[in-house]
Amino acid sequence: MAAQPIVPFRTYVLVFVALLVLVALTTGAAFIDLGPFNTVVALGIAFIKMMLVLLFFMHLLHSNKLTHVTAVAAAFWLLLLIGLVFADYTSRGWIPDPAPWSSSAPPTHP
Amino acid sequence: MSEAHSGRIHIAHQFESSDQQHEAGTLGIWIFLATEVMFFGGLFTGYALDRWLYYPAFAAASRILDIRLGAINTAVLLTSSFTMALSVRAAQTAKRGALALLLILTMLLGAVFLGIKGFEYYQKFVEHVVPSLDFAPQGEVLARLAPGGLGHAQLFFCFYFFMTGLHALHMIVGLGLLFVLLLRALGSEFNAGYYAPVEVTGLYWHFVDIIWIFLFPLLYLIGGRF
Repeated sequence: MAAQPIVPFRTYVLVFVALLVLVALTTGAAFIDLGPFNTVVALGIAFIKMMLVLLFFMHLLHSNKLTHVTAVAAAFWLLLLIGLVFADYTSRGWIPDPAPWSSSAPPTHP
Repeated sequence: MSEAHSGRIHIAHQFESSDQQHEAGTLGIWIFLATEVMFFGGLFTGYALDRWLYYPAFAAASRILDIRLGAINTAVLLTSSFTMALSVRAAQTAKRGALALLLILTMLLGAVFLGIKGFEYYQKFVEHVVPSLDFAPQGEVLARLAPGGLGHAQLFFCFYFFMTGLHALHMIVGLGLLFVLLLRALGSEFNAGYYAPVEVTGLYWHFVDIIWIFLFPLLYLIGGRF
């Protein structure tokens, strides 16, 4: 089958061992006070685990370009969703509310 | 192309070759998975927003969860992904006995995951931290949750149950798919030229695994355990 090469058994075992090491690492890191970096480390390790599963278990490494585009599009839409929601919430209050109509002087006519 | 033991290679009439059929099938499941990212994405976004707004309550509630069971479950699920990946390889190399065995192993590991998850849900009922149904924590649990605000702690458990519940639902669907796959494998339907159903089910199973890879740090590891 030209479409999909057979990944060596050894590769799968190495990826699996790496994944287990990363689980131990992320759990262990939770017991060390790294300040705000606890979240960064936890999400960073999760990202590496995701990439290992995507590239090797899900064969993204040997997939065609159309599949790559689909995977990247999924990530892009998710970032768009999270990005725009946070753009809304973090920017609220940047511009002060205009004074209510009733408190300003009534318009005067010439 | 002919296989000695199983001559059946299904090529639907709209495809030119088994390669083209295989690529179309995998692209289809990838597009489905992209929609699944958005399906879970809403929950992840809502979670991120409320965690940002009510961080102390989320961190306190996260520390109620059993980090050991969470870590063990992560390892169990990753192992099931490993056996699933090997199943695809067994199908590619036409090792039918190994394929059936690996599929059974994957299902067993999936079942173990759901069992541990079920036990964790049971613990939440014992601790009375089930949002809406039974949210009345007492004693030590109450003392730990109270500083962050009980309302916002309840919000965390809403996310906890919805996200892990939706994930568990996907696991149950996956187990059903694996069962069908096992029956087909036992019927010698797959060979080196035709194994797309194994590959496609594997992609779904790995995707569900990736969701958990993020749920574990997001739900169990907020604010650390020091």
